Amino acid sequence: MSNATVKELSELLARKACSSVELSHDFINKINELNNSLGCYITVDAERTLAQAKAADARRAAGDAGALTGVPLAHKDIFCTKGWLTTCGSKMLGNFVAPYDAHVVERCAAEGMVTLGKTNMDEFAMGSSNETSHFGPVRNPWDPQRVPGGSSGGSAAAVAARLAPAATGTDTGGSIRQPAALTGICGLKPTYGLVSRYGMIAFASSLDQAGPMARTAEDLGLLLNVMAGHDARDSTSLQRPAEDYNRDLAKPLKGLRIGLPKEFFGAGMSADVQKATDAAIAECKKLGAVPVEVSLPNMGLSVPVYYVLAPAEASSNLSRFDGVRYGHRAAEYGDLLDMYKRSRAEGFGAEVKRRILIGTYVLSHGYYDAYYIRAQKLRRLIARDFVEAFKTCDVILGPTSPTTAFKFGEKSADPVQMYLSDIYTIAVNLAGLPGMSIPCGFGDGGLPVGLQIIGNYFDEARMLNVAHQYQLATDWHRKAPGGVQS
Amino acid sequence: MALNLDDVRRAAHLARIAIDDAEAEATLAQLTRVFGMIEEMQAVDVSGIKPMSHAQDLALRLREDKVTEPNQRELFQSVAPETDAGLYLVPKVIE
Amino acid sequence: MSAKWEVVIGLETHAQLSTASKIFSGAPTAFGAEPNTQACGVDIALPGVLPVLNTGAVERAIRFGLAVGAKINSPSIFARKNYFYPDLPKGYQISQYEKPIVEGGTLTIQVGESEKTVRLTRAHLEEDAGKSLHEDFSGRSGIDLNRAGTPLLEIVSEPDMRSAEEAVAYARTLHTLVRWIDVCDGNMQEGSFRCDANVSVRLLGSKEFGTRREIKNLNSFRFLQQAIDYEVQWQISEIEDGRKIQQATVLFDPDSGETRMMRTKEDAHDYRYFPDPDLLPLEVSAERLAAVRAAMPELPEARRSRYMKEYLLSSYDASLITQSREWSEYFELAFQVLNADDKMVAAKHVVNWMSGELAAYLNRQEIDITRSVVSAPALGMLLKRNADGTLNNKMTKEVFAAMCAGEQGGDPDAIIAARGLKQISDSGEIEKIVDQVLAANAQQVADFRAGREKAFNSLVGQAMKATKGKANPQQVNEILRRKLSG
Repeated sequence: MSNATVKELSELLARKACSSVELSHDFINKINELNNSLGCYITVDAERTLAQAKAADARRAAGDAGALTGVPLAHKDIFCTKGWLTTCGSKMLGNFVAPYDAHVVERCAAEGMVTLGKTNMDEFAMGSSNETSHFGPVRNPWDPQRVPGGSSGGSAAAVAARLAPAATGTDTGGSIRQPAALTGICGLKPTYGLVSRYGMIAFASSLDQAGPMARTAEDLGLLLNVMAGHDARDSTSLQRPAEDYNRDLAKPLKGLRIGLPKEFFGAGMSADVQKATDAAIAECKKLGAVPVEVSLPNMGLSVPVYYVLAPAEASSNLSRFDGVRYGHRAAEYGDLLDMYKRSRAEGFGAEVKRRILIGTYVLSHGYYDAYYIRAQKLRRLIARDFVEAFKTCDVILGPTSPTTAFKFGEKSADPVQMYLSDIYTIAVNLAGLPGMSIPCGFGDGGLPVGLQIIGNYFDEARMLNVAHQYQLATDWHRKAPGGVQS
Repeated sequence: MALNLDDVRRAAHLARIAIDDAEAEATLAQLTRVFGMIEEMQAVDVSGIKPMSHAQDLALRLREDKVTEPNQRELFQSVAPETDAGLYLVPKVIE
Repeated sequence: MSAKWEVVIGLETHAQLSTASKIFSGAPTAFGAEPNTQACGVDIALPGVLPVLNTGAVERAIRFGLAVGAKINSPSIFARKNYFYPDLPKGYQISQYEKPIVEGGTLTIQVGESEKTVRLTRAHLEEDAGKSLHEDFSGRSGIDLNRAGTPLLEIVSEPDMRSAEEAVAYARTLHTLVRWIDVCDGNMQEGSFRCDANVSVRLLGSKEFGTRREIKNLNSFRFLQQAIDYEVQWQISEIEDGRKIQQATVLFDPDSGETRMMRTKEDAHDYRYFPDPDLLPLEVSAERLAAVRAAMPELPEARRSRYMKEYLLSSYDASLITQSREWSEYFELAFQVLNADDKMVAAKHVVNWMSGELAAYLNRQEIDITRSVVSAPALGMLLKRNADGTLNNKMTKEVFAAMCAGEQGGDPDAIIAARGLKQISDSGEIEKIVDQVLAANAQQVADFRAGREKAFNSLVGQAMKATKGKANPQQVNEILRRKLSG
């Protein structure tokens, strides 16, 4: 059953072919069996999970079930979950039991979905390999010597390894899409503002967006239907009429204009990724889509711009972790200043500290205009490029990641090398656009390759349509890593 | 703009992160790499462009002036490192 | 102070806005609660929480801006001011920096008999910090975050004041205004209205400003006066002793009456201001502006001039009854009830009573006018009874005393009836009494006729005594004189 999609599970539950308690048991058993080697979850709590499953079954019995009532899922450990340890992958929050639920968690709970646990992640979502987690590495189920990507690496690996049918993730510069690509699953970062950030521990507030991770496009739509919606507690949460993101799944792709940015297909992409991406585009053409060359002339600057803006916001967002009201406080310290400095030096890992320092520096007196303001201006240029591009195309296709999953330690010595892993995904966050990644084949060593689909603002339904039609014609998304098939 | 050790130490102080000499040296090397990449931004003419602070060009939505939050001190302080009589305790604050 | 020095003062005033809930959260703002019981997740900066702006704070800021003739900026921008302090839970304060909601404006102040216009630079919205308690917790400080997130309007003046007296007059006028337009309760003991004074001195005639020092947190007009006086003397003697003033922040110690250094500019913070990504630009629509304008009460300065013009009140009298909205409302109500044909006489009548008997009563009781047992309509009615001849002045005072004691529920007519205090104005009755007095006092009559005017007063006294003071003294006078000359 753990190989079933969300959609299939919801049908099984609706048919009463299985109960949520049975389903949850299966997943918990599987987690117990594999989590030690894969490291997907930071926290599991079978008792709580089964209590939720029981309640979901009761709801079904009472005829009070939603589409996904009783379906289990995993939450990235960036979401506050009341009563659960919520670490954000950091020693700083190693003992933090959240006193409230994030909006996303509330929505999933209101639907009757069952929490399987909290997934591992790069510390404070800062990383592209899950190597910055305080709670150890997550191994890529396709090759345990390789990273699952990051920062939602635990969620991605859990879904790929069938330790969860779906999971929540967050994406600030590619943190849903890149790990989805590297683990052969699907992940969607919605338009900024569609999903509330309330209760999602902030990394870079103007870029952060939560989204679903699952094995099919259709599952993503089902989950997005649950996760999206206005929340008055987030000032950037949009007020829009509710929509069914799966409403257009069946539309044929005939005449669909797929934009191919020339900047995506230049140097930098590895040959195997290029090959799989080209094949996916050819498949879309076969389905009736029409390729259009577009240009995103400023995309090359998205990585430098991002590495000014995101650390700047992060340096401020992470100031609240001072060891006063919650979180890590150094065991030994002198005065107040010393307490701050030691608690933060001990509580944060190297990458987080690096980004705090970058952010502090670019905001400091004398550098603000040269770095921060300039980056914000370039951000506008990058966003404008997309507006121009979408005048001539309906969706943009390209690679999600320049390479397939890399080995542990391969990029961690050089931050810039690591940062360039997100070269294709970052611009989407800067613009606030929706983007997704779906499996589109395998590269060298049988490692999954992800196809990135970028849509115009609020065009999630169309993106899901494209992905679904592609998945009807291909079976990449059905492939499971060896050793975890059920 | 070449970064130096004082810049690293100053940023670490502003950010309240203890950093020893060895760490400062290592950090300087890495940040120099990162800023080398960031400097690419300087190549583009951005005159006349309005800075973009948010992903949306929208105005702020406001809240009604109503009390909605109950007292949850016990719950909130259950995760605090040190409290007494409902207060969070810290080393003596000198003004 | 030697005559060659000129003092330059600018004030930054923090007015706590009188909202029910905090500026960015739904926690209550009431003063004096148990520590940390009014600090919700947003106020204590739990991971993942977000600010949502209170419309009540915005409306009050607009009201203030309109009251001082300022420009209301749309949009205005919220920024983060980054620094670490235990009473600042997020590690940054949300404030307005480059684009405040209120820009410019003026305040007219009275200094002695002359009037002066002080220019305002700006007024911006921000959140207050919590409180560090320094009582002994075994050598540690206790942090209470109840005040964290309380809405403040920081009102910044230009350096237009030239003496401590002017600074105090400005602060008092501002204090009256913010209470008048109901944006701040003005309670200085509770810290709802506090001033920072930027003070410098320069040689008279000098074009350049001297180096300023900022005196922080003055929470009474007396301290404001004392602190500036001390600081000015200190700066002059420093300069005269050949030392340079260093830009610094200082604290005033009310016990010693001295200011002492807190920090110099060298160790000033680098606040790393940047626009808060959690809060979008604040826009104020024309409709909203019009609505606030329409609901604006007549302002103290306008009312003061109107009183002087319409009722020919002196500047002193007009200032007295516009010292607060409560005094002014009291005056208006009493004046309405008195309802005399001669508005000028009536106004002066009410003012005299308010500044005389009423003020004396309030002083004795040490209460505010809003707590006066003698209500405004009751005072108006009392004065009406005096004006229509029911009560003579002596009786009026007697009734007022009874009203203060709460007799007959403070109703003057009921007191008059109960005490039988009605003045005798029936000339027939008075003639009868005068006749009796003349008959019984032949000696005085003879004395008067012999040209001793003093005897007349004695006869009036006898007549008043015979009526227990109830006779209309004017009538007694007239009748007595007529009869004696007859």
